[in-house]
Amino acid sequence: MKEIRIISNGRIIDPKNDRNGVEDLYIKDGKIVGSISTEEEKSAKRTDASDRVVCPGLVDIHVHLRDPGQTHKETIESGSWAAAAGGFTTVVCMPNTSPPADNAGTIQYILDAAQRSAVVNVYPTGCITVDRKGELLAPIGSLKRAGVVAIGDDGDCVQNNEIMRRALEYANMFGLPIMDHCQDMNLTEGGVMNEGEMSLRLGLRGWPSTAEDIIVARNTLLAELTGAHIHMQHISSAGAVEVLRRAKQRGVGVTAEVTPHHLALTDACIQNYNTNFKMNPPLRTEEDRQALIKGLKDGTLDILATDHAPHTNYEKDREFDYAPFGVVGLETCFSVCQEVLCEEAGMSLPELIGLMTYKPAELLDLPAGTLSEGAQADVIILDPRANWTVEEDTLLGKSKNSPWLGEELTGRIDETIVAGRTVYQNGSIIG
Amino acid sequence: MKWNRKDLIAIEPLSREELKTLFQVTAGFKRILARTVKKVPTLRGKTIVNLFLEPSTRTRLAFEMAATRLSADVISLNAAASSFVKGETLRDTAMNIRALNADIIILRHSAAGSAKYLSGILDIPVINAGDGAHEHPTQALLDGFTLREKLGRLEGKKITILGDILFSRVARSNIFSLTKLGAEVTVAGPATLVPKGFESLGVKVVHDLRTALAEADAVMLLRIQHERQSASHFPSTGEYTSIFGLNKLRASWLKPNAIILHPGPINRGVEIDSDLADSEHSVILEQVTNGIATRMAVLYLCSGGSVSGLDSADR
Repeated sequence: MKEIRIISNGRIIDPKNDRNGVEDLYIKDGKIVGSISTEEEKSAKRTDASDRVVCPGLVDIHVHLRDPGQTHKETIESGSWAAAAGGFTTVVCMPNTSPPADNAGTIQYILDAAQRSAVVNVYPTGCITVDRKGELLAPIGSLKRAGVVAIGDDGDCVQNNEIMRRALEYANMFGLPIMDHCQDMNLTEGGVMNEGEMSLRLGLRGWPSTAEDIIVARNTLLAELTGAHIHMQHISSAGAVEVLRRAKQRGVGVTAEVTPHHLALTDACIQNYNTNFKMNPPLRTEEDRQALIKGLKDGTLDILATDHAPHTNYEKDREFDYAPFGVVGLETCFSVCQEVLCEEAGMSLPELIGLMTYKPAELLDLPAGTLSEGAQADVIILDPRANWTVEEDTLLGKSKNSPWLGEELTGRIDETIVAGRTVYQNGSIIG
Repeated sequence: MKWNRKDLIAIEPLSREELKTLFQVTAGFKRILARTVKKVPTLRGKTIVNLFLEPSTRTRLAFEMAATRLSADVISLNAAASSFVKGETLRDTAMNIRALNADIIILRHSAAGSAKYLSGILDIPVINAGDGAHEHPTQALLDGFTLREKLGRLEGKKITILGDILFSRVARSNIFSLTKLGAEVTVAGPATLVPKGFESLGVKVVHDLRTALAEADAVMLLRIQHERQSASHFPSTGEYTSIFGLNKLRASWLKPNAIILHPGPINRGVEIDSDLADSEHSVILEQVTNGIATRMAVLYLCSGGSVSGLDSADR
């Protein structure tokens, strides 16, 4: 039996196909279709999206689902709820699990768990090196066969340039991009926040943005040498944006992402030692923040990604030095980015949605991020003007470590549809 | 002259008036300490817990002595002998101390911001006795008090802080306090420990010792904090001494009446020549003595005492 849905009268924004106007959207058997018969129209389930936006489900290629091994923080299931609540229908999870995703068995576990429990599409990544130690290459070919869409060593940036070079050459053979967390570990030893006036004032150990810039520069040179694709994760500094701009002008095949928190916040937020502002890379200065916005607008930075990094309250509720790095971001991403990029920086809503849909999908060659005919019907309905308050009780992820707790944000996801089926609606997961 | 704070966490948020209130009350307690009967009943029946999670001699003793002089019961806990080594968190330790009905907690901790963190959890006064490289407010208060005794008003006075500034909570608290009081502060030492960025706190950054000493009315020396540094901050203790150590020759660059302060512990022969530490320039032991009255003032004000009430405390 065919299942037909009509989402009517919404403003359809599908940046990949240059659609931006009030129309009806048709879904048949879990796929987007251009039209339906009069017969089908009669039996269709209708959703009225008047005065709201209908767009492709969002795509986040940088999330931590903590599963296997750290399921007190998040699970593939709970992480998928957070994704759905934030309008994300496709997420790519990082390999810093326990055990790390440096073997096909762990990848299989993640895929099985996703199949069994996730309400959104989950794609795994694998490690570059065994145990993320930066010493021996992981079995990258087997990881590819097991289903990874990229490789990376996440927080443990490969320090040895020779190993990074060989990893790039080898992974490129399988068409796998390397996602790199750019951090020179010697320059950041002991650091807990950005080095600058705030770190001096607070007496916290700082780490200079140069630690990021150096690895970004290295990566652009290695990408040039090997012809492989390196994707730079969570760019946070003005220096790194400048290095990337020059590399792109030379035609080097690198891409880069930026997070909502680096776009919206600065190290001045840390003045009360609130550990929900502690993340890696750290919040930088206003000058860096402005450079990130500019870099995103001129295409130096390619996409948005959340680096959703759940930690429990009891892990975060500590002395600043001892709290783990990371903040959750899936459920606040759209609102925060709309505020910074549309309200503050003058970007259009279709441009913003492009940065969160087809662009990240194309970067990793994922079948997502458009409302093209025949595409899987991953669709969201959102009200860009509705206000909501970020509260522990209303966040659906397992951990509540959001820097926006207690804040009122504008832009609310009302409904999330995956393969034609509603998985989230008005604050709840639909089982 | 008012004091409305339950905690003393840092100098940075204090106003000049609050600093002056503290100095005024300190002076009152110093007069009391000069008498034959040195004890007042002000905090009788109160229990003060010294939660010291980092080593300390002077600060802990001075707080204990101050609490005793105020007639409070004082209990000191050090890290090595506490459940900290069993993995108990700061929050849990503090909640337990609260549950034991302590009235004031004095915290020393290696993590910056820990006192602020604790003050947000507890409804009883929290006094910061040093939090990592952040602040050591009572040290700056006793330094400020000593400087005012020796130099009079600090407006326009030139004060040099020499040594490991980057990792020093004493330096930060003094920078905030002395600049609020109108002094011209210079920080000096090797570029790796005295980064240019300190200028954003309103002080001069100097790497040439002669320049740093020549105009100073007071020099405050700081110990090299090996426990917080990595190996790459300077080549060796010997090289530090040869370039930045204060010796007799270099002391001759000072003005004749200039005074030398040091928060202790002194490493004789490293940052200061042994003779110099004991010379007429040195006010190091007076600092220690003033430390008691200072801590009495802080405990008194944070537990609700008023400036005018000091006279009745005096009786």
